[in-house]
Amino acid sequence: MFEACADPKSIEGLTWAMCYLTSGKHIEFYWSFVTVLLLLALTAPAALAMGFAGATAARSRFIPLSLLGKGYAAIVRGVPDIIFFLFFVIALDQGLEYLKSLAVCENHSWPWQGLEFRVCPEAKIPLGRSSAIWHQAYGFGLAVFTFALVFGAFAANVLYGAMNAVPRAQLETAEAYGMSHGQVFRRILVPQMWVYALPGLSNLWMILIKATPLLFLLGVRDIVYWARELGGMKTQAYEYPHPDWRLWYFLALLVFYLVFTKLSEIVLARISARLNHGQATAGGEALRKAAA
Amino acid sequence: MKNLLLATALIAVSGAAQAQDVVRLGTEGAYPPFNFINDAGEVAGFEREFGDELCKRAELTCEWVTNDWDSIIPNLQSGNYDAILAGMSITEERDAVIDFTQNYFPPAASAYAAMSADVDLTGVVSAQVSTIQAAYVAESGATVLEFATPDESVAAVRNGEAVAVFADQDYLAAIVAESNGELMFVGEPVQLGGGIGVGLRESDTELKEKFNAAIQTMKDDGSLNAMIEKHFGAEATKF
Repeated sequence: MFEACADPKSIEGLTWAMCYLTSGKHIEFYWSFVTVLLLLALTAPAALAMGFAGATAARSRFIPLSLLGKGYAAIVRGVPDIIFFLFFVIALDQGLEYLKSLAVCENHSWPWQGLEFRVCPEAKIPLGRSSAIWHQAYGFGLAVFTFALVFGAFAANVLYGAMNAVPRAQLETAEAYGMSHGQVFRRILVPQMWVYALPGLSNLWMILIKATPLLFLLGVRDIVYWARELGGMKTQAYEYPHPDWRLWYFLALLVFYLVFTKLSEIVLARISARLNHGQATAGGEALRKAAA
Repeated sequence: MKNLLLATALIAVSGAAQAQDVVRLGTEGAYPPFNFINDAGEVAGFEREFGDELCKRAELTCEWVTNDWDSIIPNLQSGNYDAILAGMSITEERDAVIDFTQNYFPPAASAYAAMSADVDLTGVVSAQVSTIQAAYVAESGATVLEFATPDESVAAVRNGEAVAVFADQDYLAAIVAESNGELMFVGEPVQLGGGIGVGLRESDTELKEKFNAAIQTMKDDGSLNAMIEKHFGAEATKF
């Protein structure tokens, strides 16, 4: 990156540290923080949407839909995350490639042959000749979908509980005013349920932040992968040999996670105060008294 | 207009030809000097140089992919890449699930490294998970402590979790040499496995033939030996 860094083994002190911290590998490490933040930014709304759909389905009076919603939350919550991130993703990837092979391959033989999965090269997602960035993006997309599916199941359960926690009297009053089912749902139930859902959802958010190292199982190089790779002892085969520095790298990650969760707590506290405003809950009552 | 159509058709044809020829090479990227991620963030080491030369001789376009050691065989079978070049020794157990080319690295010694010369090698010995070394330690009667990466198996000796680490001597050599006397080889080196080969899907017989032929030319003209000497030093086992 800098001219002084051309021969890393002949420099020392501050220059060495500067060159070391700006090596190509470190730049990738810094970018992986962006990857993780992007994953969170995409997964959180997606999981919330899945959860909302699941909870709404579970409350439906149409039995099959209700069973689907309840089944989704029950099955996905019961399966260990690691199985989802190892088995499900490979199955999803192969399933997509199988569907694509039906459309683009001439030879439609069954792709699962013993231990191998075989489709024609045109059915690969992304294609073998695609640049590395597409392979990364595809892995990332699979990660977002899997995280959304898993966390959506937990969110569905939280939202289902929150919807049931809205006082029945509120809904009855709305009905007495002549609102239809849809109107009661949109105008009364959904706006009031968030205050009951927030503690559960904020827990999920915190767990999601800490679950991002599962990304590496999907082939996306995240911050924990890079910390381990960069911190490991380096021999003279590398340009910047150094002893085992994993402790320092993981300390840096610790600081990152603590700062991030602290910031999340501050934001969540503000949202909570806002949602409690004017509510017939203990939180709402406290706000009213403080203002008076 | 006719020219334009012709040009488009040519591009389409060359694109299709290219599709056949890109071979994705999977490696671990954590096993210097065999394969590692250099400071520029690229795959480097003996296998990088060997693999690039192999593809050149077999007239293939190759691309490098890194994958966790633990799932390197399932991902080959699933078709996420087409070949494994990751210091993987040819063993009967692996040959039952995937195929190997002829070896491109001769059967080499594995060795124990420890903090002092008088350690008990029947105690806790660390090794990388799913390696021939881990299997050997388990059979030797010692307690095997397995780690996901080779680097962690060495760190386990330094922090006292294990009395010794058992790994390829060529991997440990640089680590022992640069440890300022902290680490040393103990016991006798052990010959394990049938050398290192390129791992391939069993159905990929065409690729296997191409690679076998290319490896043979590299053995015949001595360029493979020169590469081994460059990365592993003059005393390394050669063909």
